[in-house]
Amino acid sequence: MAHDMAHDLPHDGAHEAHYPGGALRWIQTTNHKDIGVMYLIFAITMLLIGGALILAVRAELYQPGLQLMQPELFNQLITLHGLIMVFGFAMPAATGLANYMLPLILGAPDMALPRLNNWGFWILPPAALMLVLPFFLGLAGIGPGAVDTGWTMYAPLSVQSGWGMDFAIFSVHMLGVSSILGSINVIVTILNMRAPGMTLFKMPLFAHGFLMTAILLITIMPVLAGGVTMVLMDRHFDTHFFTAAGGGDPVLWQHIFWFMGHPEVYVLLLPICGVVPHVLSAFSRKPVYGYRAQVYGMWGIAGLSVVVWAHHMFTSGMSVGGQLYFMYSTMLISLPLAVLFFCWIATLWRGSMTFETPMLFAIGFIILFGWGGLTGLVLADAAADPQYHNAYFLVAHFHYALYPTTVMGAMAGVYYWLPKWTGHMLDERLGRWHFGIVMVGFNLTFIPQFLVGLAGMPRRIPDYPLMFSEWNMLSTIGAFILGASHLLFIYIVVKNVRGGEKAQAKAWEGAQGLEWTVPSPAPYHTFETQPEIK
Amino acid sequence: MQGLKKLVLGVILALGFGAVWASYSWNFPTPVTPIAHETLHVHNLFIAIALTLFCTVLALMLYSFWTHRKSRGHQAADFSAPRSRKQWLWVLAPFAGLLILDYGVFGIPAYHAVLMYENTKTDADLVVKVTGSQWLWQYEFPAEGVKYSSRLATPRDQIDNLQTKGENYLLEVDNPLVLPVGKKVRFITTSNDVIHSWWVPAFGVKRDAVPGFLREFWATVDTPGTYRGQCSELCGKEHGFMPIVVKVVPEAEFKQWLASKKIGAGAAASAAAPAAATKPLTLEEARAKGEKVYGSICITCHQANGKGLPGTFPALDGSKVATGPVDEHIKVVLNGRPKTAMVSFAASLSDEDIAAVVTYERNAWGNKTGDVVQAAHVAELKRAP
Repeated sequence: MAHDMAHDLPHDGAHEAHYPGGALRWIQTTNHKDIGVMYLIFAITMLLIGGALILAVRAELYQPGLQLMQPELFNQLITLHGLIMVFGFAMPAATGLANYMLPLILGAPDMALPRLNNWGFWILPPAALMLVLPFFLGLAGIGPGAVDTGWTMYAPLSVQSGWGMDFAIFSVHMLGVSSILGSINVIVTILNMRAPGMTLFKMPLFAHGFLMTAILLITIMPVLAGGVTMVLMDRHFDTHFFTAAGGGDPVLWQHIFWFMGHPEVYVLLLPICGVVPHVLSAFSRKPVYGYRAQVYGMWGIAGLSVVVWAHHMFTSGMSVGGQLYFMYSTMLISLPLAVLFFCWIATLWRGSMTFETPMLFAIGFIILFGWGGLTGLVLADAAADPQYHNAYFLVAHFHYALYPTTVMGAMAGVYYWLPKWTGHMLDERLGRWHFGIVMVGFNLTFIPQFLVGLAGMPRRIPDYPLMFSEWNMLSTIGAFILGASHLLFIYIVVKNVRGGEKAQAKAWEGAQGLEWTVPSPAPYHTFETQPEIK
Repeated sequence: MQGLKKLVLGVILALGFGAVWASYSWNFPTPVTPIAHETLHVHNLFIAIALTLFCTVLALMLYSFWTHRKSRGHQAADFSAPRSRKQWLWVLAPFAGLLILDYGVFGIPAYHAVLMYENTKTDADLVVKVTGSQWLWQYEFPAEGVKYSSRLATPRDQIDNLQTKGENYLLEVDNPLVLPVGKKVRFITTSNDVIHSWWVPAFGVKRDAVPGFLREFWATVDTPGTYRGQCSELCGKEHGFMPIVVKVVPEAEFKQWLASKKIGAGAAASAAAPAAATKPLTLEEARAKGEKVYGSICITCHQANGKGLPGTFPALDGSKVATGPVDEHIKVVLNGRPKTAMVSFAASLSDEDIAAVVTYERNAWGNKTGDVVQAAHVAELKRAP
């Protein structure tokens, strides 16, 4: 059907851009490349804001005592950091990649629902503004400041919190609508717009990763929206969903939140599981290993992710049966994840490897995320978990799981496809520097956090006992190095947009896939006639 | 190459000087309960296995990066799936290993550890009720009728870097929890306001204190000593400032302490009651006493100048409550304000303290009501429905 549609489009002026000039182009656009670029710019802006917030936190934690801020501000900073990084940076970055690349990879002229696509993006900036507005008003002395409950927004603290919480609730509603719209578009595009002959099991892994992500998002985001609405009701309309005195239960919130929160981890991971095999295969000049196994692995991860949530709640006082179930089901996730790791490494094995920047980031992702995954294994142990839970060990663990995926994985993708977007090859020397600084900064930030967590430092405290001083100092130094690396990333991308060695249609020697059959940069409308897949 | 050798040698030498790393900690604190012993054991085993796995896979990858490089002229193979029976074995072996690791090496001991962790119902020698409150802990020995609260004792000036920080900075309290050594203590947790979490790392236990619900855990501490921990669930502004200190002492000493706590509390109450009845405090006495109470509790939110923090914590200076009817003012302190950080102090402060602090608030800063509240008045309001 998609094939027929493509033929119905007017052919005069194919491959030419028709759009109004100036800002209007970006507001009205329904073009997947424009929207993809806007998503990516939005995401990197949020990465910088979320990063700046946490650098203020790390500066405060550089030594014991309160130097820079009072606890009220500290709590707002850590909360906004979490919400902004998950909902403002990581998810829009993935949606941006999907928007730009899905049509090119599937051989489609555009996303299936272009107007919805435009709407999905333009909900984001007001949502982000809504989230941070109370913060700046608070700084100016107006109101209680932004949401300060931690990104987990545990009731009844979230019922007690100031009106920054209400802003956060409406912001979460809007972000949820945006990601559901984006997900519907991804699913419809993948199911309907593939090039003729591209069956689901011939479809590149990139599309499989995003398909699973989108299905997960549609499953979990409405649950979160319902949950925050219940908090809103408790706050203003005297319902008692989370108040024991009225027959409610504070722990109910945790179930609702983590039913969204745990799959959310895989919402952030699965797109990258789609991106990385392309990069590994290209630079080892070897076909992807275990294509079907990887697809089933992703399905397995997505399926299991919605039935393991309460392993985030082992200290909340669950029954023995509950603890055993959530422990053993969580351990099961290690299997599909191990399948992916195995396939990634087997793709490299006996290849003919070169180490350009995208490859370095993909390898860095495998190594660091590997350690993040391994430390998850011991956190699954319900009896040992309390010793790690809500301590810095946990903070280090989930940053080892999330940073390599959402940031390094996304950067591997951006560097890999950048020549296709801009028509220029990368500055490899700067790219290698970027990679080196990220590795040093990231490990220096988070290895000390593992150790200070073992020593007993709880998370989310603005000040700490003297015995934690040394590790915190190292961690802060690492965080500033890591923060600086992102400025270098922006410099590299801007430099690449402005010029550089001309990229061929097939920019990398080992690159495979439909996107490399069109010129670099890809024309505004690609594949007006869909290619035939044999 | 020469430079590299020097660098490696330098790093090894630097690491060798223990003094450099002496103040860094590398593992859990020394365990003193059965659960903590078990957790440390699991943790050490896990770290050994995880590091071995990680390093093995990393070594394989590094070998591959070195050998299978284009610059060394390595030609790419084209396999994309296991092709022979032998290869299938190679592929499936790691997953079999992983299953054994998950459900055998970790899964079986974890099963027994969970049962042990939750074995709160049998053989408890002692029951302690732990109530989290913004931002202090209340300890109660229900059978013995002993109840008191435990607050941060670190002076504010140390936090604000105006004074040198003490050895137990942020880990010291006014009234520590005292427990007997070698006895099984059953803890019951709950909360007055939001969720808190009681954690002493050396005990290996952490349990949330959930408002409106009771949760339990247990600990049998095998070594006398002082153990310290912190609240580990974000509970608002002063979350970082509600430490836990447990003094574990021989049983005889514990019994002595418990008796003194009982008599002390009883004597104070019976001595204070007639004294209050016969000799009411003067404004000056009550103000002085109230200022101390204010300085250790109310000041956190309402601030030293009584102005609060606009938008978050209301001002008392010139406020309706602190200058209006006395009874309303006392009731706010007694009952708290639902859904705000203002909790009930009926249980955590004595009637004398409440009377004094209300007197202080009504006669401090710009407030000049001249009211003197007596403990008997507070007690009366407490009894009133």
